[in-house]
Amino acid sequence: MIEALEILLLSLADDDLLIGHREAEWIGLGPILEEDIAFASIAQDETGHAQAYYQLLTDLGLPTPDEYAFKRSASQFRSAHLVELPNFDYDYAMALVRHFFHDAAEQVRLEALRQSSYEPLAGLAERLLREEKYHWMHAHTWIRRLGRSTEEAHFRLRSAIDQLFPYAWMVFEELPMETEMVEAGWLPPSSELRQRWLEKVMPILESLNLAPTFPSEDVLLPMRGGRHGLRSPYFDELYAEMTEVSSADPDAEW
Amino acid sequence: MSSLDPRIRRAEPDLWRFSTRPLEPLEHWQTYEVFTLRTRGGHAQHVGSLHAPNDEMALILAKEQYARRSPCVALWVVPTAAILWTRPEEEDIFQPATDKSYREPQGYLHTRERIEKYRDRLKPANP
Repeated sequence: MIEALEILLLSLADDDLLIGHREAEWIGLGPILEEDIAFASIAQDETGHAQAYYQLLTDLGLPTPDEYAFKRSASQFRSAHLVELPNFDYDYAMALVRHFFHDAAEQVRLEALRQSSYEPLAGLAERLLREEKYHWMHAHTWIRRLGRSTEEAHFRLRSAIDQLFPYAWMVFEELPMETEMVEAGWLPPSSELRQRWLEKVMPILESLNLAPTFPSEDVLLPMRGGRHGLRSPYFDELYAEMTEVSSADPDAEW
Repeated sequence: MSSLDPRIRRAEPDLWRFSTRPLEPLEHWQTYEVFTLRTRGGHAQHVGSLHAPNDEMALILAKEQYARRSPCVALWVVPTAAILWTRPEEEDIFQPATDKSYREPQGYLHTRERIEKYRDRLKPANP
């Protein structure tokens, strides 16, 4: 069971660790000072959430949060490819749409995990939801506002949604050992969570005339495998940067 | 010139969308004044101002600007333009023309003493 537990917690933690890093890349480059600060703060929350999930494993005698974050090989990560994507040419529409998809997924997962039969996780979910409530508010308010704004804003949102929707879809890829997890009452099946996620994001996108079409199997193929240890082409560069300090000075403390 | 800052390396300057063209009308966001309540039922304190595109975003952005480092149970935002103020050259309206120091807190300093003294005067003289 510990193996399944590690898979579940790493899936949750790795998403937050990597999106925390990607969103923090916007520090100093945000569209306006106030938004720069708010977005950086959200990024910092995500990194904190990752640490809290890793800690649940540490409490069971498994590696420490730092070891999970900085000392693993690529194939030991269980992140969705959505959070590994770089910021490309720093289009803020892309950043907001990823934030919107990710935090909707977080809300859905955490709401479900509150009922988890694994009590430490249920308790943590309850705590993290406090910050997630704000993340979601920030994300959907921006999307609703920009979706009703200028033609350029609408065009850039549409382009970001079309690119990112299939990646977001794969956040709910079936987990390895998922049957055991569901039977143990840890969480509902991924397909059900995806359905709840769609019910959260689609009405907003429909109201803005921005609803994407559901991705075909062909489109999804290269985005598969994140939960099973297959990394996207962007992971290695990202991880090299994240581990720059810890590999230069393995005894560094912070 | 290349920078050692990874963020600068990633964000190629020629891709930045900054330019020096004049601002469009309404492009520059309006400012809001932000107030926080440190305790439920407490009074709101002015903590600063911020830029936001509308009222709803002002509340959302205010949360991270002003409620991160000190206790806060509620936020208020008000468009700066909605606030009326007296002009600095009118500040003499706050200066009393006669001595009104009795209205100031120290004006009440000796109140008890005075009351006692008055009471003593009212007491019937000892037989």
